[in-house]
Amino acid sequence: MSEEIDQSKRHFLTVATVVVGSVGVVMAAVPFVSSMEPSARAKSLGGPVDIDVSKIESGGLVKAKWRLKPVWVVQRAPAALAGLPKNDSFLRDPGSDQTQQPPYCKNAWRSIKPELLVIVPICTHLGCIPLYRPEPGDPNISASWPGGFFCPCHGSKYDLAARVFQNVPAPLNLPVPVHRYLSDKVLRIGENPVGSHSSWTSPEVW
Amino acid sequence: MSQDAKKRDYLDVTGGWLHKLRGWIDARFPMSKLWNEQVAQYYAPKNFNFWYFFGSIALLILVNQIVTGIFLTMNYQPSATRAFASVQYIMRDVNWGWLIRYMHSVGASLFFVVVYLHMLRGVIYGSYKKPRELLWIFGMLIYVALMGEAFMGYLLPWGQMSYWGAQVITSLFGAVPGIGNGLEQWIRGDYAVSGITLNRFFALHVVALPLVLVGLVLFHLIALHEVGSNNPDGVEIKKHKGSDGIPLDGIPFHPYYTIKDIVGVTVFLAIFAAIIFFSPGLHGLFLEPANFEPANPLKTPVDIRPLWYFGPFYAILRSIPNKLLGISSMGLAIVILFLLPWIDRNPVKSIRYRGPLYRALVFVFAITFIILGYIGLQPATPFWAQIGQRMEELYFLFFVVSWIYTRPRSWVFLALAFLAVMAVITAFDWLGWDTAIAHLKIYSWLIPGIYSVIFLLLPAFFSKLVEPLPVPERVTWK
Repeated sequence: MSEEIDQSKRHFLTVATVVVGSVGVVMAAVPFVSSMEPSARAKSLGGPVDIDVSKIESGGLVKAKWRLKPVWVVQRAPAALAGLPKNDSFLRDPGSDQTQQPPYCKNAWRSIKPELLVIVPICTHLGCIPLYRPEPGDPNISASWPGGFFCPCHGSKYDLAARVFQNVPAPLNLPVPVHRYLSDKVLRIGENPVGSHSSWTSPEVW
Repeated sequence: MSQDAKKRDYLDVTGGWLHKLRGWIDARFPMSKLWNEQVAQYYAPKNFNFWYFFGSIALLILVNQIVTGIFLTMNYQPSATRAFASVQYIMRDVNWGWLIRYMHSVGASLFFVVVYLHMLRGVIYGSYKKPRELLWIFGMLIYVALMGEAFMGYLLPWGQMSYWGAQVITSLFGAVPGIGNGLEQWIRGDYAVSGITLNRFFALHVVALPLVLVGLVLFHLIALHEVGSNNPDGVEIKKHKGSDGIPLDGIPFHPYYTIKDIVGVTVFLAIFAAIIFFSPGLHGLFLEPANFEPANPLKTPVDIRPLWYFGPFYAILRSIPNKLLGISSMGLAIVILFLLPWIDRNPVKSIRYRGPLYRALVFVFAITFIILGYIGLQPATPFWAQIGQRMEELYFLFFVVSWIYTRPRSWVFLALAFLAVMAVITAFDWLGWDTAIAHLKIYSWLIPGIYSVIFLLLPAFFSKLVEPLPVPERVTWK
């Protein structure tokens, strides 16, 4: 062979083949990566859950399960609601500035209906489920305890709006899941209220 | 030479940093050495043709089976009560699960297509002959391991055919004299094929045999690189080297055969995709209808048959109406393939230079194998059993004739061989005489009869037919 080798053409062909081949590899990888996402069954098992909230007595707690996590609905007494602003100076995030709740729950009660608190009770420290201690001055906690949630694992404390106290290991308020009311009796976890235009799906820390 | 002077060094892209990295690695791991010795400066014959695609394609399919297999294992459940449903879950609920499953099942069948063509190449070009006998043996071990892997994998969907195929094949081990029953029970782990068998086949299919296969493939490639590839002319390229020690008829594997193999892979992937997306069951050949029904230990399907790639051996098994003899001939049919390097010792390697009769012999062997495969998939009627017997005789006759053709033989030798072969076949016919199919037996006797006339008697009178043609010193382009 005596003809000159066209090195630049060869270079172009090599680069073109590598680029097209890489595109092919990425396209081939897509189904495998996607297959590791929750399957249709997992997604359907993770669909919205309806809870009957018509019969919760004042101070009572109803438990449910949504997306393999616990959900608590707490009926707060009017006295408890009135006492919420008094806790503000003791809290890390009294105004719920951290997005641990959907936009329609960024308020004083951290809920849609003032008396009904809906939370995912997973301590934002290391994930234990806290204890519900609504009685103010509970002897097991402290004389100045205003009522709320107490995590026995490392002593984190939350008030009755599930807002975290200062000087405890937990960094954030307990998360509030997406929810809406189908009627006065039925609460649905997993859907945003109609017309809320919310795209918020979950907090940073569960 | 000006070409080399202008050659780009891609590692210059980042201003020498990659050079340094390569140097650091090479001081601690023979990366560049391996690349050069095994790929960039490994010299393969320059006359590789179509038949030389299948080795690299087989490697690609192995990778496919492992990757799709891993992702299937993420969702498959190896329990008798859950296996079938978990396959349906993969097909319906897992994102792209249907694609991964079809890639695995179609890949398994195509693995055998490719491996059979790869083996046929070995037969055509005499690639099993000295010094490549061990290469051939590693290849045969891969084949046997692959059959085991496919058999165990087929139980996993826990369909009717899965269950009953496993029941039939595990009961073969019961035919071993003395220890048979104990052996059969030990393999199954239970009194019949059950969820216990399923679980252990799962472990063997997912972990044990893949490790064995990967190890054997590595040995296969190491053995290949030790002696170098054969080629379509059967000429040893290492006999003629230049002053630099490079075979005159050799070209570096990279870039010539990496590029050639990419073309082969592309064509293969097109066929692979066409089957997966248009007909993954291939009309019952790749996915059998009976397997869409969950396993029922109390109901045997009307026709138990293995997947197409086991067809030839299944035909051989069924063609002899004696349990132990049937199993033994099936085993012998596989074992005899291992012995091919010592059966055919004709110094001329390639079919191109062995004369027209040997070409016809190999061609008939391939056709016999295909017909046996077809028979294996048919219902077990006396007609098919008898035809199967005749095809089995032709199968084994290939090896007998190959041995005879190893050296030039006198017409006396050939005539006596003809008589001996026909005597043995007639003796078997007499021993297994069945009056019900007397006519069939007599007429079908002509099958090995005509075969022997063509391959044994004809060369006795026309010795030119088996005379080798002059083998060239250097490779040729054809």
